[in-house]
Amino acid sequence: MATSVNNGVNVDALLAAREALKGAPAAANFTWRATCKWQNGTHSETTVQGFHGLGEEQKHKTEFSFSADHPEIFASEDKGATPVELVLVGLASCLTAGVAAVAQNRGIQLRSVESKLEGSMNLYGILGIDADVRNGYDDIKVKFIIDADATPAEIEAIVAQSQKRSAVFDIVTNPTNVSVEVESKRTKTA
Amino acid sequence: MIGAGHAGLAVSRGLTERGLDHVVLERGEVANSWRHERWDSLRLLTPNWQSRLPGFAYDGPDPDGFMTMPEVVAFVARYASVSCAPVRTRTAVTAVRPADGGYDVVTDQGPLRARSVVIASGACNVATKPGLHTAVPAAIAQVTALDYRNPAQLPDGGVLVVGAAATGVQLADELRRAGRRVTLSVGEHVRMPRLYRGRDVLWWMDASGVWNQRYDEIDDLGRARRLPSPQLVGTPERRTLDLNALGDAGVEIVGRLSAIRDGKALFSGALKNQFALADLKLNRLLDAFDAWAAANPRAVGDAAASERCEPTRAPEKSRLSIDLTTGEITSIVWATGFRPDYRWLEVPVLDAKGYLRHEGGVVDAPGLYAIGLPVLRRRKSSFIHGAEDDARDIAEHLDGYLATARTPTIQVS
Repeated sequence: MATSVNNGVNVDALLAAREALKGAPAAANFTWRATCKWQNGTHSETTVQGFHGLGEEQKHKTEFSFSADHPEIFASEDKGATPVELVLVGLASCLTAGVAAVAQNRGIQLRSVESKLEGSMNLYGILGIDADVRNGYDDIKVKFIIDADATPAEIEAIVAQSQKRSAVFDIVTNPTNVSVEVESKRTKTA
Repeated sequence: MIGAGHAGLAVSRGLTERGLDHVVLERGEVANSWRHERWDSLRLLTPNWQSRLPGFAYDGPDPDGFMTMPEVVAFVARYASVSCAPVRTRTAVTAVRPADGGYDVVTDQGPLRARSVVIASGACNVATKPGLHTAVPAAIAQVTALDYRNPAQLPDGGVLVVGAAATGVQLADELRRAGRRVTLSVGEHVRMPRLYRGRDVLWWMDASGVWNQRYDEIDDLGRARRLPSPQLVGTPERRTLDLNALGDAGVEIVGRLSAIRDGKALFSGALKNQFALADLKLNRLLDAFDAWAAANPRAVGDAAASERCEPTRAPEKSRLSIDLTTGEITSIVWATGFRPDYRWLEVPVLDAKGYLRHEGGVVDAPGLYAIGLPVLRRRKSSFIHGAEDDARDIAEHLDGYLATARTPTIQVS
């Protein structure tokens, strides 16, 4: 198709990987990791670097670090984004990567891709005021503003396909089993 | 030939025309699944004029109507009769194994040896349901589309219908019309209006060539073969049965059932994207029909002007969970698809998911064939008239195989 289209996504490599993984199901099992350390108050620093995939340990080129905190109206020091904002970061970046990959695969040149995300939440949940109000977002709205060499229907189809194949969109829209274990480094002696 | 349904009989007719000696083994009666494995009100979703098989076609007074199950049974039985098909009824195949020069076919009426075997035992032998059905509270009745017969079969109370292909939308509609409170769980689906530009949408599928697209011309064949059936129902009034129609009738639409946890059914929040995907796909199909119509004005004749369906109306907020312990829901209907049953097939030709490995019905073992599976050779393959072209191709290939295959020099029995 349009060989001049370049969104910076190596679709040939992705398609080759898809074919290769079809014949090697175990290599398709990935484990992603993050390591978090409490700083002070509601401030924490989380780093990511190592992960497992293609049957062996892998590594990002460098370690990436993320600060999370809460704003001053929560009586915090505001040293980072709130964790719920980081969820929006994950959703936005996942959908955007998908838009680029799908557009490349469909031979559509992107000019600009911007998105605005809004998650609404009632604090009665996390504050324990009303048991009928959930802790998390009750609604998330994503608006994409895209300039591309394509019809509006083609652009809508790219965004729809991106959602269909997005890991974070799936994580946010479907339940996931989460197990939390605790290891005590020091225990009070009675 | 294993199975005397429309597909097996169509190949049988082709073999007879080629003078190839064969037998059609049928576990029950001709058209057995149509007789015994369908709900009471079901009609074909293809119009009568599309009910055609090699050398045979509907010739009744209502070409635009849709056959009831007794009418389908009569149609297939008449085909078996006029084709003089060599059917052995009440002969269940219990095993097929490779043997010298062909296959050993074990039946409950004794063994046979065949140089070639055609699997025409159907694509819908088993109703599939997601593994999470085991977490449904015991007080809730569960039925699959194969068990379901009519609304009276379900206990009083609300019904959760899971799956929105043709089966799911039809059962949700029937249950709602019977006065039930119905919740329909919707994942990926294929939306179609019954009529487009005044013609049956399947007329367009047929005439425009979409349905004739061959398996080797399709980009992602695996995906095409797994595609849910279109949201269509065959009714005398030729009505559209999409999610808007179901919503208007009072059916509550929720997202894909993604988990059952602590007695609660949890539904995906991705419903709006499922609507967007289906609406965009439908519009691409209608665009293709329009483009074909513009290029073929004589074939289209007096069809009405181009039109577009109203987008699927998304509920402001779909419910994300339903507590299954409150009595709101008393039964669940699993309309989550079907699969073939190959437990009797002792030839290593199944893939990791248990489906036949085949190239357009030519199975990955010498002399073994299949017919009547989704997109076997063409997009229309799993519909009744889809057997028409497929059966000719398979009979021709089989004829060639028998002509060239090495025959055993000595037959000892």
